[in-house]
Amino acid sequence: MSDASINSIGVECRRVVKEFGDGETRLRVLHDIDLQVLAGEMTLLVGPSGCGKTTLISIIAGLLDPTAGEVSLFGVEQSRLSRRALVAYRAKNIGFVFQQYNLLPALTAAENVSIPLLIGNMPRKQAVERARQVLAEVGLANRADSYPSQLSGGQQQRVAIARALVHEPRLLVCDEPTAALDAHSGQTVMELLCRVAVQPDRSVIVVTHDSRVFSYGDRIVSMADGRIERVETKGERQSKPGQVVHVA
Amino acid sequence: MNWVAWKMLTGDQAKYLGTVFGVAFGVLLISQQTAIFVGLMRRTASQVIDIREAPVFVMDPNVQNADEIKPLTDGDLQRIRGVPGVSWAVRIFKGLARAKVENGSFRQAILMGLDDHTLVGAPAVMVHGDLADLRWPDAVIVDTAGYQYLWPGEPVRLGRILEMNDHRAVLVGVCKATAPFQTFPVMFTRYSQAMRFVAGERNQMSFVAVGPQASVTDTEVCGRISRQTNLLALTRQQFMWRIIGYYVRSTGIPVNFGITIALGFIVGTAIAGQTFYLFTLENLKQFGALKAMGVSNLRLIGMVLLQATIVGLIGYGLGIGMAAGFFEATKNVTALSGFYLPWQVALGAAGAVGVIIVLASFLSLRKVLVLEPAVVFRG
Repeated sequence: MSDASINSIGVECRRVVKEFGDGETRLRVLHDIDLQVLAGEMTLLVGPSGCGKTTLISIIAGLLDPTAGEVSLFGVEQSRLSRRALVAYRAKNIGFVFQQYNLLPALTAAENVSIPLLIGNMPRKQAVERARQVLAEVGLANRADSYPSQLSGGQQQRVAIARALVHEPRLLVCDEPTAALDAHSGQTVMELLCRVAVQPDRSVIVVTHDSRVFSYGDRIVSMADGRIERVETKGERQSKPGQVVHVA
Repeated sequence: MNWVAWKMLTGDQAKYLGTVFGVAFGVLLISQQTAIFVGLMRRTASQVIDIREAPVFVMDPNVQNADEIKPLTDGDLQRIRGVPGVSWAVRIFKGLARAKVENGSFRQAILMGLDDHTLVGAPAVMVHGDLADLRWPDAVIVDTAGYQYLWPGEPVRLGRILEMNDHRAVLVGVCKATAPFQTFPVMFTRYSQAMRFVAGERNQMSFVAVGPQASVTDTEVCGRISRQTNLLALTRQQFMWRIIGYYVRSTGIPVNFGITIALGFIVGTAIAGQTFYLFTLENLKQFGALKAMGVSNLRLIGMVLLQATIVGLIGYGLGIGMAAGFFEATKNVTALSGFYLPWQVALGAAGAVGVIIVLASFLSLRKVLVLEPAVVFRG
């Protein structure tokens, strides 16, 4: 899909540590994570439950502060941004796809997709118009005026992908995007992500348990007990056909 | 994003309407009960309110309200007239008399005896008959509600003969009067006529109505009268508030109404607060997603406050509309006449709604503001 040697670094984690609690109840969930996520690639973050995947993407997306270490997104170090600037940076540069879609039930598909543009202060009419175009790109042009309750799980996730991409973010963070879907819908969603999300100037991180979708990743980062155990590129995986990445 | 807040609010119509009606119900209880209370208190001073021509009233210093009176003497009247700054001073009688009609039924009536020459305190609006006819022998005028009490269901017929404390009286007019505290007919007659109706005590003068000279203020003339006569002189407003104060202090009315009003406030706050809080709780994931997507806390506060304001405004509109509708619908009911929704009560209810929505949004906002956006990644 892409050549890592010519891709720039989108996300860089340096010795990232995350602890929860205080004193005796203190729990370290991430241990000195060093990770580079390249632009133009889809990076899968895999590992058993409780290994720290969600914590790591929360820190990468600026939703959680690391206890120690540094995260930079496209050369911007998060720690140098004020809280307000970080929120604004997130609004402009990061798109999210959630496991449970998190679409607003009172809004139509097009209105849901327009939200990131509204956050960026685009006029509503223009935002909804742009949202319709992106919905067409994900194959839902005819469902733009449907409410989430009128859509299947796969369609809702496609709406969520459109919402995550409508403002053309530089980082797309997907949390278990296929977990709530059947195999066919999961395949469709992953194909869609590969087709419309992966761009030369965008990094895509997908947290997943679903081994059926591993083939879509340009790079697979395996985590266990708060540490990165292994990073494999698609090429490396294909040259070792017997190897299996174990996830819960 | 205000539009998103509006859509989120109205998306779940059952909860939206529940919150709105919570506020509306609270407003209805608060405004309707407060207005009834204000109306009742106003009724206690109804006769003073109706004597529009007199800016000052003079009475015995121990008078607490218009129903417990120690009569003044003719000498008192002359002394009042002698006070510098007094332009005019006339007798007013206020007492009770038994009014018995042709068929033998009777009602206790409030009897107002007006100065024979000036008729100060006469009804401002005559519905039937002529005020000048009050000068005829035995003439009385009754208020519209009183006519219904005395001759229920009968058309107005002037010239009817009735007995006032066993003395002959002739009905010469029907007038409008502010409804009194008790559901008694209000009857007007000349002072001399009233004395014949209630003959017994040597002195019967309830109050002296006074008009100050143009160069003297009402308060000034009150001070002068009090100093020179040792009587109590009050402006109309002061006398009205003295009577209302007496009923507020000496009866359980304010406590009872206060409890109902407080219940309205509490119920309104509880329903609106709880529904709004539950609405926020149910949308917490959505708020979390919005936070993750880059909606600032300030903007979220704006969204929640906008939702609360919409609920407050619509709830207030409905509640105050229902309260106004109640008074409009009952304005012709004799027992409820005179009750209305004062603008001050509507304003106060608006203030109460403000407090209700601030409390409701505070509960919800707290939940939204402490929400970690990373919550959206937890299943």
